[in-house]
Amino acid sequence: MAREKSWKLLLGLRIFAFMATLAAAIVMALNKETKTLVVATIGTIPIKASLTAKFQHAPAFVFFVIANVMVSFHNLFMIVLQIFNRKPEIKCFNLLSVAILDMLNATLASAGANAAAFMAELGKNGNKHAKWNKICDQFAIYCDHGSGALIAAFIGLILMLIIAAVSISRLLIHSNKSAAATSSNT
Amino acid sequence: MVKLTKRIGGLVLRLAAFGAALAALIVMVTSRERASFLALSLEARYTDMAAFKYFVIANAVVSVYSFLVLFLPEKSLLWKFIVVLDLVMTMLLTSSLSAALAVALIGKKGNANAGWLPICGQVPKFCDQVTGALIAGFVALVLYVLLLLYSLHSVVDPFLLQKS
Repeated sequence: MAREKSWKLLLGLRIFAFMATLAAAIVMALNKETKTLVVATIGTIPIKASLTAKFQHAPAFVFFVIANVMVSFHNLFMIVLQIFNRKPEIKCFNLLSVAILDMLNATLASAGANAAAFMAELGKNGNKHAKWNKICDQFAIYCDHGSGALIAAFIGLILMLIIAAVSISRLLIHSNKSAAATSSNT
Repeated sequence: MVKLTKRIGGLVLRLAAFGAALAALIVMVTSRERASFLALSLEARYTDMAAFKYFVIANAVVSVYSFLVLFLPEKSLLWKFIVVLDLVMTMLLTSSLSAALAVALIGKKGNANAGWLPICGQVPKFCDQVTGALIAGFVALVLYVLLLLYSLHSVVDPFLLQKS
């Protein structure tokens, strides 16, 4: 049971999901841009002020970083567990806990990615009704890095959904096999 | 006898989740307030923010799905597929709730670094109704996580508990 096809598929998917969510968390955490703008002019002397755009300014981005770190840590933990668990028989409780944890982490990844996506949409387009100005025309590099992190997080999210489905199907196949074994024994 | 109570429990849970999602949808759609501000009057509606529109659409999808699954007969083979569909619906609910929360937080507190002023001071009733819709959405989310674990349990049980 150690080297079957679904084991290899699951390991490959988990490695990709780990890399995607870790990349998203790191790119967003290092997202920072400083710009000096001319705020006012007294006579002929322009007064400059430097404004910084950091990821901590928006709570949605902070949640995004934390959620992606948690999901990538979960994937790392599962990869280590899968590589070092080479016993010939698989216990049902292990499969069940892996399936449940995968489902919960998939929902966490979806929450983090979508909160940051709508926050970024607000920063890119502004909101006329609430008189909120857009900030992407002045902080273009900040917005570019943020959208790169978002794309990586959405790739990780889709991979987490596939991983959860594969874990659930492994659990169902194993429970069907044990059900056939008990009914053939009696 | 045990199977009947389990089935009724599952149906009650799904009915409650359907009710919560429908309530969130209705409260968000009917939130509207007109405020006069200096010389001009502005009207706050849920269509002003993209996140609230997504919240309404996601809760509508979840309500329709719950209503349809309520009528699924017990012996059909689709129950294994329902587990994955429940997972997809839970992800939809979490994403819509977190997006609406992120935008509502800016509306309530503003964002001093970006120069965005809070709007809850001018349209307090709109803010209150949006808060109510978000709470109903959160209740629907919690019920859906329980439903997910319950449908996994009902598909894999009873052979799982006897074998361990």
